[in-house]
Amino acid sequence: MVKYFVKRFLIMLAALFLIALITFVIMHAVPGSPFTTDKKVSPEIEAALEAKYHLDDPLPVQFIDYVKGLLHGDFGPSYKYTGKTVNDFIYNGFPVSAKLGGITILFVLLTAIPMGIVAAIKNGKWQDMTVMAVATIGVTIPSFVIASLLIYVFAYRLNWLPTFGLDSWKGYVLPVIALGGYSMSYLARLMRSSLLEVMGQDYIRTARAKGLSETKVILKHAMRNALIPIVTVLGPTVAGLLTGSFVIEKIFAIPGLGVHFVNSVSQRDYTTIMGVTIFYATFLLAMVFLVDVFYCLIDPRIKFE
Amino acid sequence: MEHILEINNLRTSFLTGNGEVQAVRGVTFHVNQGEILGIVGESGSGKSVTSMSILQLLGSTAVIKEGSSILFENEELTKLKKKELRAIRGEKISMIFQDPMSSLNPLIPVGRQVEEMISEHHPEKKKDELKAMVLELFDRVKIPEPEKRYRSYPHEFSGGMRQRVMIAMALANRPRLLIADEPTTALDVTIQDQILKQLRELQRDYGTSIIFITHDLGVVAELCTRVAVMYGGLIMEEAGIDEIFENPRHPYTLGLLAAIPDIKQDKNKRLTPIEGTPPDMTDPPAGCPFAARCPYARNICAVKQPEYVQISEGHRSMCWLLDGRAPAGNNPFRKD
Repeated sequence: MVKYFVKRFLIMLAALFLIALITFVIMHAVPGSPFTTDKKVSPEIEAALEAKYHLDDPLPVQFIDYVKGLLHGDFGPSYKYTGKTVNDFIYNGFPVSAKLGGITILFVLLTAIPMGIVAAIKNGKWQDMTVMAVATIGVTIPSFVIASLLIYVFAYRLNWLPTFGLDSWKGYVLPVIALGGYSMSYLARLMRSSLLEVMGQDYIRTARAKGLSETKVILKHAMRNALIPIVTVLGPTVAGLLTGSFVIEKIFAIPGLGVHFVNSVSQRDYTTIMGVTIFYATFLLAMVFLVDVFYCLIDPRIKFE
Repeated sequence: MEHILEINNLRTSFLTGNGEVQAVRGVTFHVNQGEILGIVGESGSGKSVTSMSILQLLGSTAVIKEGSSILFENEELTKLKKKELRAIRGEKISMIFQDPMSSLNPLIPVGRQVEEMISEHHPEKKKDELKAMVLELFDRVKIPEPEKRYRSYPHEFSGGMRQRVMIAMALANRPRLLIADEPTTALDVTIQDQILKQLRELQRDYGTSIIFITHDLGVVAELCTRVAVMYGGLIMEEAGIDEIFENPRHPYTLGLLAAIPDIKQDKNKRLTPIEGTPPDMTDPPAGCPFAARCPYARNICAVKQPEYVQISEGHRSMCWLLDGRAPAGNNPFRKD
């Protein structure tokens, strides 16, 4: 088992290195530079800036320097915001995004799983139809539309909840719904179809033939089997929600990490692009690894090998 | 002899998008105390649906039609509330299913799955007491190293071993009636033989009555005391075991008997199949369901369903050829 974990860890490191390399290459292949602005900058100033940040070194040298910094946990300075480092962005932004994301994950799990179970048990009845209608709306309407609608109704019209900021628990309600809407809908559908499939299995018939009540059949025999696909998609979902969403953080003016994913690219803030990408990738790989560990806990047929 | 189970005019249908599939269309039979009744027929004959109807394990699309009666120890099962029916499932009537590979929950150790059968109906039993009972059952159905196997998961067992676990489970509460739905079909012949031997022993020791469903008349010959031959959702012929082999009185039974391979038969001779396929049960034929495949069929066979003819004590058959008015030409049941 130790051997398995060491192997997985090494593979993760290799994957991270490749992700860093590919991001670096693509980033530099895109035209423009962090110092391209509307105002004309004299070639001398541009050369001086490039020299300051070592952007005049050959690309391989730049990459090696960057990786060296990474090994010390240093994501480098931001090229766009003088005096700020990428570590600052992550240090300040991630807790905000992670708290919102964490609450969203709880919200998603507490709604999607019961919704899916009810829809599966009441297959074809009005409860199923209702859940499926909500879930279909949730996966088809983009989050910014849902967010705008929520703000219009609950903040502007009814004036129940604030339009932006996370100052009180009230501030979390709309962003959580807008951020989690898609995952909730997707997981509810998955839970429903997965449970329906499991309920048709022979061992469920065996459980019924034992005289178990329908509740026991579902809780003791069907749920664990039906949760396996849920766990699979939960890994990437959790990584995505915890690291923040550009759209939701923009709309609700949340000072999280998500904003940097898009802004850094449009501003060619090289170190920030690299930093947030590697941070997210690390998170994702860790979640995928956790999912694999969960598999082994749930399903005895899967072993660490 | 006391009838432990009496089924009267059982009709079970599936309501599907393509209409009503009339899987069982009026089946009447009984099971005597302590006997093994065989139900034989090919796929789609309604034999499994009949057996699943008893404990209502067919799923939400199945309906047991009005007028059907399933009397178990003088209790009408079709009229029971869900909770009352659950008290019978696994406790008084238990089942073994066809595919042991998929009939056990893959995520739960087998010992616990058998334990659950007991604890569900006897919640007063303590943990160590349950375990001791399960180990004894495992020993009984000849699962080697019961202590070790208790903690194993289904995927660590072979098909035959899993079916033994299913048998241990089914017999855990010493039920009055065991319904075995093709329990040996998915197993190879040597394992099949061991399982049959085991069922016979258990039936003898526990006095459990058994309904044994199979498509294999050879297995029936080894195990059963009586046989009902099903086709097209109806019982075509019912008789004692010797009677059915020595004096079959239905063309379908004749066909099944002819299709049994004989070890002494000429190697160049092929098996004799029954030509054709079973009828579509969304629109069952008006007459005898076997008429379309019957080599002796006459005009009336396709038009009107025959009545049962009592051949002898405990032997009845549903065939126009047995009618007194049937001509003797091309009639296997008329020797004169």
